[in-house]
Amino acid sequence: MSKKITDNVEVKASAADAGQKTYVLQLFVTGILPNSVRAIGNIKSICEKYLKDRYELEIIDIYQQPDLAIAEDIIAVPVLIKKSPYPQERMVGDMSNTEKVLKGLGIV
Amino acid sequence: MKSLIAKKSEKDIFKFPKAPTGIQGLDEITFGGLPKNRSSLLVGDTGCGKTLMAMEFLVNGIELFDEPGVFMAFEEKKDELVLNVKSLGYDLDKHIANNKLYIEQVKISPDEMVETGKYNLEGLFVRLEQAIYKVMAKRVVLDSLDKLFYGLDEKILRSEFLRLMTWLKKMEVTAIITSENGDPFLTHKGIVEYVADCVIILDNRLTNQVGTRRLRIVKYRGSTHGNNEYPFTIDESGISVYPLISESIQQASSSKRISSGIKDLDDMLDRKGFYEGSSILISGTAGTGKTSIAASFAYSVCQSKKVCLFCAFEEAPNQVIRNMSSIGFHLEPLVKSGILTFYYSRPTLQNLELHFLAIKKIIHEIKPSVVILDPITNLMTEGPNSDIRSMLTRFVDFLKTKQITVLFTAAITVGSIERNPSDEGISSMVDTWMMVQDIEVDAERTRSLCVMKSRGMVHSNEVRRFIISGKGINLSPILTKGKMPVADSKRKIKEHENLSTSKESIGVKDSSR
Repeated sequence: MSKKITDNVEVKASAADAGQKTYVLQLFVTGILPNSVRAIGNIKSICEKYLKDRYELEIIDIYQQPDLAIAEDIIAVPVLIKKSPYPQERMVGDMSNTEKVLKGLGIV
Repeated sequence: MKSLIAKKSEKDIFKFPKAPTGIQGLDEITFGGLPKNRSSLLVGDTGCGKTLMAMEFLVNGIELFDEPGVFMAFEEKKDELVLNVKSLGYDLDKHIANNKLYIEQVKISPDEMVETGKYNLEGLFVRLEQAIYKVMAKRVVLDSLDKLFYGLDEKILRSEFLRLMTWLKKMEVTAIITSENGDPFLTHKGIVEYVADCVIILDNRLTNQVGTRRLRIVKYRGSTHGNNEYPFTIDESGISVYPLISESIQQASSSKRISSGIKDLDDMLDRKGFYEGSSILISGTAGTGKTSIAASFAYSVCQSKKVCLFCAFEEAPNQVIRNMSSIGFHLEPLVKSGILTFYYSRPTLQNLELHFLAIKKIIHEIKPSVVILDPITNLMTEGPNSDIRSMLTRFVDFLKTKQITVLFTAAITVGSIERNPSDEGISSMVDTWMMVQDIEVDAERTRSLCVMKSRGMVHSNEVRRFIISGKGINLSPILTKGKMPVADSKRKIKEHENLSTSKESIGVKDSSR
């Protein structure tokens, strides 16, 4: 209990930071193909569970918006891009491996 | 039986649809180009010219066959690519501006990617489709496969590659996909080769410090193709493949004669000289007068108002001109009037194919009736003999189809006269073979000349004394007793007589045709 006040402040600050940080995510999918449908379901449930109220998830269908696929250099789909917080990360696949997704998002 | 014949003739009529590459020589060995609306694989190590060949395929498609193209670059940046091929005379910017070419640069960094489950490469398909529709492409290049598939799961890779091939077929584009040679995926699993309709392997081999690019068609579904390895070059005019087949078949044989420029030598050759469009070899040790004979021939050809190309690999043209004027052949005015052209290059400067390519270009320009290569043996140091021989054969065949008389000199070492392996290789190839050598007569070096062979004419079997003087070249009989040259005072007297008489009747200036 004899911890320095400064330490306490730091801990609080970082906790608050993590709490306030908003995740900006983009999921690139291809229409209603099975992998895409699974990926959408999986990422939504992960976000709801771990990032409730502090995430923005944009789902982009590259069939509808191929220009965005070019802009983001998309080859493999589905792919999740973590735009923020920094650093940017990419995860390919149907997001069924929750552990890897969380790791990629920097949550665990 | 009847139906069988019918089927056979039907087969003869059917022609496999092909997309011509426009690359010199490649269309010949593939009998028309790459399989149309299918995928071909271009395999080779780094620096073999895969990207360049693929790009030439696209550019030719646009310029020659009005087929727009898409280039998907996984390795190089767009600007770099444009710049790299600019040196070969391709103005990609122009084609891009005209909406005939679309370059899509794809950056792939698999290290940044985490796999979280099943996925596919649909993104690639979507982008490719976009690109194809953008320019209404008929040709597509993916460069290179390894970069695209690097680090991907093998199962996904396999299924996606198969899907890509079928998809490209469905899109009705003729595609080239490049790939590294040493890739374990290719060599071990072999699915790429299995799936592709045409597989071409490029290779850049180094022998005796001179690199030679080669190309081989390993597989071509539904079509015959040349099986051999063909050398190819990359220069400022792009890629050129040298197939043997294109140059050997239709040779017309002329019965016209051309004077050697030495009257006495013409006498030895049926009194008429060489055949026009034949190949002539003069071999001999150093200092036996090979270049002099060659120059005399060139001189006589030019005198009869025919264009001659003198390729010097040993001496610089100025030196040849100076040296030859000392024996009465004034070549300089001929060079000035343009009837005699010199090609001079150090053999070590580039590989043999490039030499031949350069010579061929000059031939196309000046259209000579005689080509002289002096000496051919200098080129032989650059590369193994079998290569040289096949290249030389091709070159001679090329000249023969053009009805150009070719004379080459070959320097041989003293110990290996008549048994020089490289020399033998050439001598079987040529139509007329003359040997000049030093023989020792009465402690005196004497030049001698004999005609070893001369196809299609009655030639002398005599070994003649071969005299180079300020007034040119002439030949006189060697006085012999039995078979050996005899050195006695009598011979000397006779020789002097011969010399003095022959000196008066030098026949180098006029061609006796």
